[in-house]
Amino acid sequence: MTEYKPIRKVVSGNYAAAYAAKHARVQVVAAYPITPQTSIIEKIAEFIANGEVENLQYVPVESEHSAMAACIGASATGARAFTATSAQGLALMHEMLHWAAGARLPIVMVDVNRAMAPPWSVWDDQTDSLAQRDTGWMQFYAENNQEVYDGVIMAFKVAETVNVPAMIVESAFILSHTYDVVEMIPQELVDEFLPPRKPLYTLTDFDNPISVGALATPNDYYEFRYKLAKAHEEAVKVIKDVGNEFGEMFGRDYSEMIEKEHIDDADFVFMGMGSLMGTVKEAVELLRKEGYKIGYAKVRWFRPFPKEELREIASKVNGIAVLDRNFSFGQEGILFNEAKGVLYSAKSKPVMKNYIVGLGGRDFTVDDVRKIAEDMKKVIEKGEPDVEVDWYHLKR
Amino acid sequence: MSLNTLFGEKKEAAVKISLESIGEYPEAPISLGTTLSNFTGDWRTFIPVVDDNKCVKCYICWKFCPEPAIYIREDGYVGIDYDYCKGCGICANECPTDAITMEKEEK
Repeated sequence: MTEYKPIRKVVSGNYAAAYAAKHARVQVVAAYPITPQTSIIEKIAEFIANGEVENLQYVPVESEHSAMAACIGASATGARAFTATSAQGLALMHEMLHWAAGARLPIVMVDVNRAMAPPWSVWDDQTDSLAQRDTGWMQFYAENNQEVYDGVIMAFKVAETVNVPAMIVESAFILSHTYDVVEMIPQELVDEFLPPRKPLYTLTDFDNPISVGALATPNDYYEFRYKLAKAHEEAVKVIKDVGNEFGEMFGRDYSEMIEKEHIDDADFVFMGMGSLMGTVKEAVELLRKEGYKIGYAKVRWFRPFPKEELREIASKVNGIAVLDRNFSFGQEGILFNEAKGVLYSAKSKPVMKNYIVGLGGRDFTVDDVRKIAEDMKKVIEKGEPDVEVDWYHLKR
Repeated sequence: MSLNTLFGEKKEAAVKISLESIGEYPEAPISLGTTLSNFTGDWRTFIPVVDDNKCVKCYICWKFCPEPAIYIREDGYVGIDYDYCKGCGICANECPTDAITMEKEEK
């Protein structure tokens, strides 16, 4: 391996995504503009206009539904395809997301988390991506701009190994438009880590013509669903291997699907996804100095869900405060709901409380973490939560 | 059937594919062959039957068949490829001399 000398650039989360797509040598990008995603595809268009990329076809389309359709067509020919969207755009893509996963096409997409309307909003909220939970896509939640960059490159490798599409999710504005130092990998080393795609099948093998998405009667459909389910199971192992390899090559280890700290020495932990966990990590270190016995568990991969890692964490702590920047109406926070489901069959069940935070970009600060830590202390002492779902920020 | 408008001689090689265990399935839901191995004729309930005595060789049925599963025999009359005929009945509906009737197929 060539010696790794990172290239440090000060970029927004969106530019980090665009550079990662470039470094992954994507061959087809089909996209439609939507705030706060637009600067990803603008940057990619700029790469092409400046002659900085070779062999990259950019397809401007009339909607997000068409963007994903174009990526599906490209990916079915064996190309490496990429797109990006947000909120209403992602919702419009919904049907095509099923097509991409069902046809086992390893497309990678960045979704910039944005609140669903109405009321109209352009700010951070995870409900858009979590509403796509059952489409068969893998989902990775980035905490910072570095994880957006690393996530896109790793996602291609994981996706192309298991033939399942992957979504890299970043926060509106908090990451998408905020500049930070990102360590980028020299092209030849990205090439070493991520070799050209070896497609499962290709539409352009004219000697062996196939059709994709053809009818499967009740006699065959079931087996293909099982294959996709197994691919997600396999992805759990592949994610760990790829994350480990990435760490060995570039010094940032992603072998944990849940990044965790102080678990062995914590009374309770904060669990959540995305940029808000950056705030939590900062706060946990501060609060530990004040005597709080707390830790954190940052869920990086929501699909496939890291069941075993969560059960392991749960066996070591008395409580989990689940922070959800999302909500499933008629139920509760989506991560909270998933975590409870996973822990039902665990031997050890910690006390859990769900805090609904940051919806539609409501600020979530270190001070909020402190208040929740104080509240959670009472929950642990009592052995049960006062309320299961706490609309923490509500103006009462 | 000696002549087929879809496949001609290739038709002789047609083999219906049936997958019996999970290991036989491809990883992705792609077709395992062309229509040669994916017969569509077994979806039907009704089957068209041609009465050569009434047929005037106008070939309206041949033009209208959406599959197309109707072919012209060497003697000039029409034949039906029952491996692909879906039993839609358009041929019977269009026939000006009522030479084609739809009969319930026994399976």
